[in-house]
Amino acid sequence: MLLRSLVAVTAALISTSALAEGTAPDAVAFGEDGQVMASLTNVAGDPAAGKKYFTNRKLGNCLACHVNDDASEQSFHGEVGPELNGAGSRWDEAQLRGLVVNSKKTFEDSIMPSFYRAKNGARTMEKFAGKTILSAQQVEDVVAYLITLKEE
Amino acid sequence: MKKFTKTLTCVIAASAFATVAVADEDAKLIINDELKIETNVAASADSPLDELFSGWVFRSNETQLMQMDDFDNPSFIFVEQAEEQFAKVDGTEGKACATCHEDVASFKGLRTVLPRHNASTGKLDTMATLINDCRTDRMGAEPWKFSKGKMTSMKALISLQSRGMPMNVAVDGGAAEAFEKGKELYYTRVGQLDMSCANCHEDNYGNMIRADHLSQGQTNGFPTYRLKNAKLNSIQGRFKGCMKNIRATPYKEGSDEFTALELYVASRGNGLIVESPSVRN
Ligand code: HEC
Ligand code: HEC
Ligand code: HEC
Repeated sequence: MLLRSLVAVTAALISTSALAEGTAPDAVAFGEDGQVMASLTNVAGDPAAGKKYFTNRKLGNCLACHVNDDASEQSFHGEVGPELNGAGSRWDEAQLRGLVVNSKKTFEDSIMPSFYRAKNGARTMEKFAGKTILSAQQVEDVVAYLITLKEE
Repeated sequence: MKKFTKTLTCVIAASAFATVAVADEDAKLIINDELKIETNVAASADSPLDELFSGWVFRSNETQLMQMDDFDNPSFIFVEQAEEQFAKVDGTEGKACATCHEDVASFKGLRTVLPRHNASTGKLDTMATLINDCRTDRMGAEPWKFSKGKMTSMKALISLQSRGMPMNVAVDGGAAEAFEKGKELYYTRVGQLDMSCANCHEDNYGNMIRADHLSQGQTNGFPTYRLKNAKLNSIQGRFKGCMKNIRATPYKEGSDEFTALELYVASRGNGLIVESPSVRN
């Protein structure tokens, strides 16, 4: 909780200079357990928008691998990863941000894509090369959405 | 919070597999009420897989059923076209395949050993290169494009002659180098989504990835009629699709890379029964 308020204070301090593009992928700072304390944009995430990016097959496509009862209106939830029901109770915001930005910092060798990393696998198609899967604000929105997934 | 390792996914994968694939595992593949095809066989001691499964096991009941009768299997429209083509004169030499290969049944067993190292060229022969060699060198005809209809149909006809026989590609001797190369490609993470073939087909077979039930990505059923594109698909055409899905630039069909990968993937399925031409979604 100390962590949360610290983040909030820092965010407030720099919010006046909110970054339009967000922190560059290479400049994101990770904690020891893969967490990312600082918001990538200093603009509060929008959970409703986050849910859209979460389900969109061309963006998060998180349902490809995860069951999420909160999105039960969407058909076909994958089972490659754990169910995300209650993820917002199991993980804090910084850890969730770290997971979405670059899951490999939390889970070594994870199959889960790194959604905000400049350099991905070999032979990345030209039109995606050097690009992140989600934008900085989309990451913040998805994180804000994940936080709402509380244990019943 | 602790760092988690692979074991977590392994546990999840194992339990998910138990609940999802059970129904399918019970289904038996018997074609035309007479040819029983074993779809789950033991893996060799040096295999990275505990046991081998045909991709047929992971398909829906409807898709499975289509493959159980040649009248319901749409591949056979293309097999018939290939039979006609086999007898048709083509090229400057005035010859048909049948001029030299009297009975297509003489190709029995060929499918199980391809790709195969060719000592005189130092390269791997695939069914596509063997067919095109005959066309260009023996018939004076144009080579067929690798994934075009005439080629995949002819491959289906020739592969059908080996239906029911176990895959048995050689990976030693001259093939060893290609095997190693193929193996490296199989485990290399590629594309913006940063995944290797193994991430899906070794670590997660039996799991649903969105609406798809992941198989081991075996090649014993190729060419494959896919409901998705309503045509026969080649092995390397499938590799291409999988790479594109993870936003990676695929290699070209017929490239050394894809041919090495084809050998490596085929070797992972040594012992699985040829069921070409198969039906998949
Ligand atoms: C290709 C499959 C895949 C995709 C796509 C994917 N994940 Fe994951 N995710 C995993 C796996 C597997 C794990 C478990 C960690 C591990 O072992 O790698 C995981 C773990 C997680 C966790 C921790 C789960 C927990 O509670 O223990 C969260 C949160 C998460 N993912 C969120 C997301 C979000 C959000 C997206 C979309 C933006 C996403 N994932 C897309 C495979 C995926
Ligand atoms: C002029 C004669 C001739 C014609 C015409 C011909 N082939 Fe061949 N084919 C051969 C010979 C000779 C070989 C090499 C010897 C062998 O392995 O049977 C061969 C080899 C093959 C092989 C590899 C067999 C193996 O066991 O390695 C395939 C497959 C094949 N031919 C298919 C075809 C097809 C399909 C056509 C028509 C498009 C065709 N051939 C036309 C003579 C011919
Ligand atoms: C994101 C996951 C994913 C990755 C990575 C992936 N594939 Fe696939 N592959 C699939 C899906 C989904 C299918 C269709 C369902 C099935 O058979 O697994 C498939 C099907 C196949 C098939 C057809 C199997 C059959 O029985 O018809 C082959 C062969 C194959 N993949 C090979 C590969 C190879 C080789 C690679 C690496 C270059 C690869 N795949 C990478 C998801 C993946």
